[in-house]
Amino acid sequence: MTAGSAPSVVASAAAPPVLEARDLSLAFGGLLAVDRFTLSLPARGLYGLIGPNGAGKTTVFNLLTGVYRPDAGEIRLGDRRIDGLRPSAIASAGVARTFQNIRLFANLSVLDNVRTAAGVRARSGLVASLLRTPRFLAEEEAIIERSLELLDMLGIAHRASEQASSLPYGEQRRLEIARALATEPRVVLLDEPVAGMAAGEKREMRALIQGLRDAFDVAILLIEHDMGVVMDICERITVLDHGVTIATGDPAAIQQDPRVIEAYLGTADAGAPAASSTPGAT
Amino acid sequence: MKRIAERVAERAGHRTGAGSAALASAWPVALGVALAWLLQQWVAPAIGPFYARIVLDIGIAIVAASSLNIVNGFAGQFSIGHAGFMMVGGYAAAWLTYYGSIRLWGTPGLHGGFLGGGDLLFLLGCAAGGAIAAVAGLVVGLPSLRLRGDYLAIVTLGFGEIVRVVIQRTDDVLAPGVAERTALPAALGHLGGALGFPGLPTYTRIFYVYAVVTIVVVCAYRLKISSRGRALLAVRENEVAAEAVGIHTARVKVSAFVMSALFAGIGGGLFAHELGTTLSPRELGFQKSIDIVIMVVLGGMGSISGVIAAAAILTVMPELFREFSDYRMPIYALALIVVMIVRPQGLLGIRELWDTAWWRRIAGNRRGPRAIARAARPEDAP
Repeated sequence: MTAGSAPSVVASAAAPPVLEARDLSLAFGGLLAVDRFTLSLPARGLYGLIGPNGAGKTTVFNLLTGVYRPDAGEIRLGDRRIDGLRPSAIASAGVARTFQNIRLFANLSVLDNVRTAAGVRARSGLVASLLRTPRFLAEEEAIIERSLELLDMLGIAHRASEQASSLPYGEQRRLEIARALATEPRVVLLDEPVAGMAAGEKREMRALIQGLRDAFDVAILLIEHDMGVVMDICERITVLDHGVTIATGDPAAIQQDPRVIEAYLGTADAGAPAASSTPGAT
Repeated sequence: MKRIAERVAERAGHRTGAGSAALASAWPVALGVALAWLLQQWVAPAIGPFYARIVLDIGIAIVAASSLNIVNGFAGQFSIGHAGFMMVGGYAAAWLTYYGSIRLWGTPGLHGGFLGGGDLLFLLGCAAGGAIAAVAGLVVGLPSLRLRGDYLAIVTLGFGEIVRVVIQRTDDVLAPGVAERTALPAALGHLGGALGFPGLPTYTRIFYVYAVVTIVVVCAYRLKISSRGRALLAVRENEVAAEAVGIHTARVKVSAFVMSALFAGIGGGLFAHELGTTLSPRELGFQKSIDIVIMVVLGGMGSISGVIAAAAILTVMPELFREFSDYRMPIYALALIVVMIVRPQGLLGIRELWDTAWWRRIAGNRRGPRAIARAARPEDAP
């Protein structure tokens, strides 16, 4: 798997990054939650962000998606600066995300969850919506069609008419990914996509995530505590500890990095974070 | 996977013609207006003035509740100052018809027959009332960007009270003869104060009320089933997630307030010119706001058919059980408490009547999201 993804790493090194963060910092009062975070995510890249609990991973996501404004540093999507924009503007620009604690539109149907996100790309205004002009109808049809295809791809099309909150946990995670993809993103940020899943579900989700980049031409950055998944599918990994980036590199290098081992296990002689164990999840 | 824009472009070739599209777009409104006409011409004379009056009240209640449903039910912004918007619209319309009538015809009485000069002035007044209420909605909507829940409720409550107090401070209505010599803007200071606006021409007919009901309900429903409307629902469901999928939540909330206030203002204009009601600050005060909130909460926040049903029932009940009118508020309060405990989403929740299980059992499973999804499903999908 590592060998298979190697060529794309080489190719992407030359291409300009689709998402670039430079020296992002954010302090909550006296606590420096994120300290000079830097990331360069190439098109179709699949990068990981790991670190012990409280390391600032989700805070980085919140910075990248505009929930928090960085105190310093800049974020670029393509050649456009997106730091300081509101979250909806960043989403429209092409950065979609999922949430660690799932945030669906709980009372809406599964289809409507995805339709709502796809609808953001609709151009019809309020008047056209009320008059139901042919263009508006064509747009709504296109939105339903694409939404159903997305649900199909994520394996939850049979649930389309059910209420989102009634889905089992794993399917809710899938729905969140479908909804993120519906916004037609260039970059998808996945916050613990396999958390709490059984081994079989994890395997499916892993394959799914890998399939996304080609199917949707997106770059993916994921936070994950499951080392087996991260080491397997990520081309490059950034390790955070107390807001500080302590290591960046390919999975093999990360597994050997003494600082990473120390951050996770506290001592330098306990070995690398082993595949399939989840050191940070406690 | 193809993007939305590509799919829309593909469809551009085989869209339905403009004529049939216009027909499909217009028929619900045309049907509603035709029914309004039937209601006025045949039903109202048959049931007599007492019941005709109740039918009229139901229509106005539907307008008020359906408009509140947009901001309260769809967008989830709890507003308890809705009667304030009706008051703004009602007084604006009253000012225009009363002082306008005196200017044009020398008397504030009825002028002209059906769709005659007086009726047109009245309709213009309702439209102006809606427009001015919409501006008020914009002003009230702005604080909603920083506030939520109880805090927003307090702001909307404050708005209703401010409108009430401002109108209470106005001077007596100018009589014909004096009114001609006063400029229209100056007449704004003469809206009758605490006692109300006497002598308004009673232009509100069942036909007009139900034509407005049709427009409000069709707009609300079409909003709900469009991407624009789903953005409102998304804000209500989860603001963080809505923002994360690209919905400008601030803009959505303010536009919900504006739309809601627009329709409420028109409803206020209808209320002001209804035979038997007095346009007074007390009539459209806090109590009225609460009545409307109860209709929305009982019917189901976000359910158009549920809110219509609740508006009708809660208008008819007090009339039919006049002898229990003293117990109306305790009963309402009790009903509200029970609903909040047993079904916090209201009787129908966000669903429409035809989405419910028992309706499908009766009518067959033809509608509902499942059927829609099936119908919309492309043939080639697995």
